[in-house]
Amino acid sequence: MGRMRVSLLTTCLTDTFFPGAGAAAVRLLERLGCTVEAPAGQTCCGQPQFNNGLHAAARRLARRLVEVFADSPCVVCPSASCTALIRDYYEWLFADEPGQLPQVRALIRKTYELTEFLTRVLRVDWSSLGLHGSGKVTYHYSCRSRGIGVGPEATVELIGKIRGVEYVPAGKLDQCCGFGGTFAVKLPEVSEALAADKAACLAATGAETVVVNDGGCALNLMGYCHRHGIRLRFVHVGQLLAEALGPTGGAVNGVLV
Amino acid sequence: MITARHDVHEAIRAALANDSLQRALNTHPLERTARVRASLAQLPDAPDLRRRARQIKDYSLAHLDVLLEELAERLEERGGRVHWARDAAEAVAIVEGVAREHGCRRCIKTKSMTTEEIGLTAALQAGGVATVETDLGEFILQLAGDRPSHIITPMIHKTRQQAARLLAEKLGARHTEEPAELVRIVRKNLREVFVKADMAVVGVNFAVAETGSLVLLTNEGNGRWALARPRVLAAVMGMEKVIARLTDLAALLRLVVPSAVGSALTSYTSIVTGPRRAGEADGPEHLHLVILDNGRSAVLGGPYRELLRCVRCGACLNVCPVYRKVGGHAYGSVYPGPIGAALTPLLARGAGHTGQLRELSSLCGACLEACPVLIDIPRLLIRQRGDRGADGQGGWGFRWAMRAWGWWCGGRRRYRLAQQLLGWLLGPAARGGWVVRLPGALGAWTRCRDLPLPARHPFRELYRRMRGKR
Repeated sequence: MGRMRVSLLTTCLTDTFFPGAGAAAVRLLERLGCTVEAPAGQTCCGQPQFNNGLHAAARRLARRLVEVFADSPCVVCPSASCTALIRDYYEWLFADEPGQLPQVRALIRKTYELTEFLTRVLRVDWSSLGLHGSGKVTYHYSCRSRGIGVGPEATVELIGKIRGVEYVPAGKLDQCCGFGGTFAVKLPEVSEALAADKAACLAATGAETVVVNDGGCALNLMGYCHRHGIRLRFVHVGQLLAEALGPTGGAVNGVLV
Repeated sequence: MITARHDVHEAIRAALANDSLQRALNTHPLERTARVRASLAQLPDAPDLRRRARQIKDYSLAHLDVLLEELAERLEERGGRVHWARDAAEAVAIVEGVAREHGCRRCIKTKSMTTEEIGLTAALQAGGVATVETDLGEFILQLAGDRPSHIITPMIHKTRQQAARLLAEKLGARHTEEPAELVRIVRKNLREVFVKADMAVVGVNFAVAETGSLVLLTNEGNGRWALARPRVLAAVMGMEKVIARLTDLAALLRLVVPSAVGSALTSYTSIVTGPRRAGEADGPEHLHLVILDNGRSAVLGGPYRELLRCVRCGACLNVCPVYRKVGGHAYGSVYPGPIGAALTPLLARGAGHTGQLRELSSLCGACLEACPVLIDIPRLLIRQRGDRGADGQGGWGFRWAMRAWGWWCGGRRRYRLAQQLLGWLLGPAARGGWVVRLPGALGAWTRCRDLPLPARHPFRELYRRMRGKR
């Protein structure tokens, strides 16, 4: 079987704030036997505009994304919420443009969130990779994973592949961290209360590292923890796995930021 | 059904500063959610049941006119009387008329969100009909002059200590904080009310068209009193509560009750089919059913029809992160939580602060996951945000910023320039790689969080280097 061709939908947040997470995803997927490309034309999926009811503006960005990935056989995204926007809402967004629907549906069918892709699509012989690490990690579940049918178990399963790493589950695992995109600035008090709640649950695990599968949650939680002196390191799940491959596996230097 | 001049932000701040409310919200919804999940786990066919429940409700909504006629016909054949109310005022006037017609002076009520929606209790009281809430929580709220903050557990915003003080003060009861004692005090007080009542007002959980039956789910026994003892019974139901067949009820009960209270069934499942017949020991001599529209038929004909599937189980409240922080009263609407945020603006079109309700969601999807009839509340909220005339609470400045964002992302070079501009703008404001204060509306981000500076080299540059391009 030939190598699987995968296009990385980096997302604007990962591109801008967490380039290390994107680079790690590339190296990880390559190490797992994929041919990876990241189309340079990609920008933003339109989620901020869409969630705020500016659906025409969102549609313009969505159309662009559909075109950029038109020739990709498979699209993998390190963000649950951007994946969810495409899978749950793009078809509805184009309901009034039936001419566009075939291309839109094609994108929906071939787009996967990274943990979903690693656990359900790609056949990986994890034991042969010799993943190893150390220390305690916990996980923050991106609530938007729900919409695409990805539960916390996907990431927990992946963490379990790394020898020497202890996973400690956090309380209120499925509760939103208070990011919600522009929700964080539209309802700042509620957002703050939710971030505080989540940070407390994560800190209570005693873990040094928080694994995430969404740049938005990471931006919110690491910003909250930095402000409040809570020492937690946030790492994208792809990055944790890439690190666990060790130097021979193509180590990725640095953490999320 | 909308509190006049309600300021959502002010209410949120007050709720977050209310320690006893925060303690209650940090325990009750979580415990209830755990119970609901455990209870649903007992149903091996829960996913199928949800699809079945959705199908049953969708069928009812698609045939609502026929089913309501059938319900009315069957009920009248059994000797009941059916009234149609276009809005809250008509519904209240009908119930007042029933009380007048039968000379009723003492009314007992069971818990009902629909009667909250129309403001019935206060109206009956004002008209000289002594009306007492007989659900334990509602009884205490009535004593306090308060209103329910949850669809199923109306008093969760009050502590046991607050209830104890209230009972001692208003009923002259001995002060105790012992739960069993408190219940005993209320029960003793209510016993006389039950015996003397000549009228009962109840809500309706389901109405079965083929038999003309009204179904009431209660846990405290007050519903049985209300159905058995007073000589006049007035039931008030939203028109979406009708279902076609008794067999549909079985499927709905199996799913809805666990979703609402986390048990297989409520303590009492009462099915009333007409007034008391010759030879029967109890039941009302006169049964009136008020079928309420109050904006529902407009919802039925529009893009938000699936909201009418709602069976008022309250499951979406317990799982909602926003509800878990602000409680029910902050919504300033009779129906709180995700379902209230989506439904209330449609029922009370253009009233007060309803434009803000659709913003009270981070769109996390927990409500959809919990909903026994699969109402896609996040999608409906997003749709409402996009409706003509909807401006969100961000105002034009916010919309302009979102459109500008969209424009900057409309081209590859433009996007890269925007990234660079962001770095140049934020750079001087940062300390050690973090921005601690942002100006204007963006200050909402930095009120509790720092913002990391954009990476010096975004992923697209790293990627070019990885690929050996310059």
